[in-house]
Amino acid sequence: MLSRFFRDFQGDVVAIPGRLIALVFFVLLFFIPLFVQQPYILRTLIFANMFVIFAVSWDFISGYTGQVNFGHALFFGVAAYTSAMLNRGAPLGPDWPIWATIPIGAIAATVAGVLMCLPALRLRGPYLALVTLAFPLILTGIIFANTQFTGGELGIPNLDRISESRTTDYYISLVVMLFSVFIMWKFTDARSGLIRTGIILHAIREDEIAARASGINTIRYKLFAFIVGGFFAGVAGGLYAHFMRIAGPSTLELTLSFQAIIWTVFGGIVSIYGAVVGVYFLYPLMEFLRVVPEFRMLIFAGIVVIILLFMPEGIAVWIRDKLERECPRCKLTNVWWRSTCRACSASLH
Amino acid sequence: MIEGIIVNTLVRGGVYALLALGFSLIFGVARVLQLAHTAFYMIAAYGIFYFADMLGWPPVLSILVSIIVTTGIGLLTYKLVIDRVREHHVTVMLITLAVAIVFQELMLIAFTGQYRSAPSFVEGNFTILGVKVVYQHALIFIGALVVLAIIWLLLSKTRLGIAIRATAQDTEVANLMGINVSTILFTVMGIATALAAVAGVLVAPTLVLEPHMLWPPFVMVMAIITLGGLGSVKGSIIGAFVLALVEVLVVYLLPTGAFLKGAAALLVMVIVLVFRPEGLFGVVFEEERL
Repeated sequence: MLSRFFRDFQGDVVAIPGRLIALVFFVLLFFIPLFVQQPYILRTLIFANMFVIFAVSWDFISGYTGQVNFGHALFFGVAAYTSAMLNRGAPLGPDWPIWATIPIGAIAATVAGVLMCLPALRLRGPYLALVTLAFPLILTGIIFANTQFTGGELGIPNLDRISESRTTDYYISLVVMLFSVFIMWKFTDARSGLIRTGIILHAIREDEIAARASGINTIRYKLFAFIVGGFFAGVAGGLYAHFMRIAGPSTLELTLSFQAIIWTVFGGIVSIYGAVVGVYFLYPLMEFLRVVPEFRMLIFAGIVVIILLFMPEGIAVWIRDKLERECPRCKLTNVWWRSTCRACSASLH
Repeated sequence: MIEGIIVNTLVRGGVYALLALGFSLIFGVARVLQLAHTAFYMIAAYGIFYFADMLGWPPVLSILVSIIVTTGIGLLTYKLVIDRVREHHVTVMLITLAVAIVFQELMLIAFTGQYRSAPSFVEGNFTILGVKVVYQHALIFIGALVVLAIIWLLLSKTRLGIAIRATAQDTEVANLMGINVSTILFTVMGIATALAAVAGVLVAPTLVLEPHMLWPPFVMVMAIITLGGLGSVKGSIIGAFVLALVEVLVVYLLPTGAFLKGAAALLVMVIVLVFRPEGLFGVVFEEERL
């Protein structure tokens, strides 16, 4: 039993460089607080963990259905504001504890996702992209119009902390992040025998008309993508509000929506791991660039332009293509230095 | 009040129409969402500030130089950046967005974030139907009308216009008919950038100039072309005036809620799209239909 598990592990993880790197990376993330205690670095990593959830959920909605969502901050902001309003007790009843506010906030974001779908699912391609842009901006208008509930420009301050210590915050964000990414990855895994959504979402992205002709209710699966993606973006929004201890209009900004797209496309769209790489690369880079504040955004935008010019598929996908080679006969993934397939010994060239 | 609403709608609508028309042309011909479009509007407005205010050149000269320089920058951006990744739709959106941020940051470094203003081309005002109209506003509206008329003539009467429309209809067939598609794309990019530059030059004296000024019209242009129908010239012009009217109405009827003007315009767009998913005058392409 144990030896069989070990053999599977060796075949499915260790032999595939991409997966081995991912495993080592995630294990390393667990040990970071043992070596690094500077609150600033931990804070950066906590934000990175939250934004990984956010960017992956964007990839889930947009990458896999081919519908570019320009208003992803809507989910983030709805969840942040819902958690904040429940946590501060106004206008209804008691102050809710944090373990209730974040899930309820995420559910509110899911509801927002369904509402967004009413017009969005009638549209395709660029139309959808431009319509989704509108929703967070409309909500920002509503927030500024109802200052007694939302605090207007200042937001809702003094929320409960996630936990008392920063290290605990880090582990909570890390575990939530791993769990969310794992679930979304599983939902999109085309080779999974258990869950069919992966292969269906891939089919919709490749050719929506063909998918419909094959009897797939594409509208239902797009709705599904919006619900799942909205929920996890909401989880990220709730965590963010409680970690920052404030929910303000910045959680609905255009820049935040664009950040999600930039991180994901930079790493590689339609891959889940691309979004993870994008955030862990670009977010700390942005923090590091605070040493040259005037040139920070310029350098950032410049790097994005240059990387996309030379690797339009995204950096993670580009690296992966260099490291891995698919066997032409049995479709098994091999390390780049092998000249014959590890299973069927077919030539890889 | 009604006269005020009409005058303001015409002025705003004229500017939005110029911006939306260029955006719509690029999308219609190249099938590219060029998100850096309003960055050129910002660059042209700063051009006026730089040439007319800092260097003290005469207005006509600074207008011309500003438009030419901006168009040059636009064409350079197209050749160096957009043209290379044209096939990857999401990448194009992202890369043009990044280009917009690059321009914004360059302006921040060159001119700092300080609020600037450009000198008015013509001072004074006149009264029409009991409304006081500043000459600058009249100039914006007339200038927009003239440029729109030129573009309409170009598209409908000249050989170049026919080639542009043919490429928009079907790139491959246009290529087979002997139209040099990449030259057409280049020309269209030039025309569109020049339109954005004209808009920027016209409104520069009426606005507070700062490097982030490209985002409010950015959102409006998106809403306008979606409302009017992507790639439709008529739609983007009508959409521009419709959404300008909505904005002006909110400002006039809700003086305390002027910050809601953007939200109201976007709401109108969403409502229209619920009933007409391809926009008011949208073109549904055979292979893109669902």
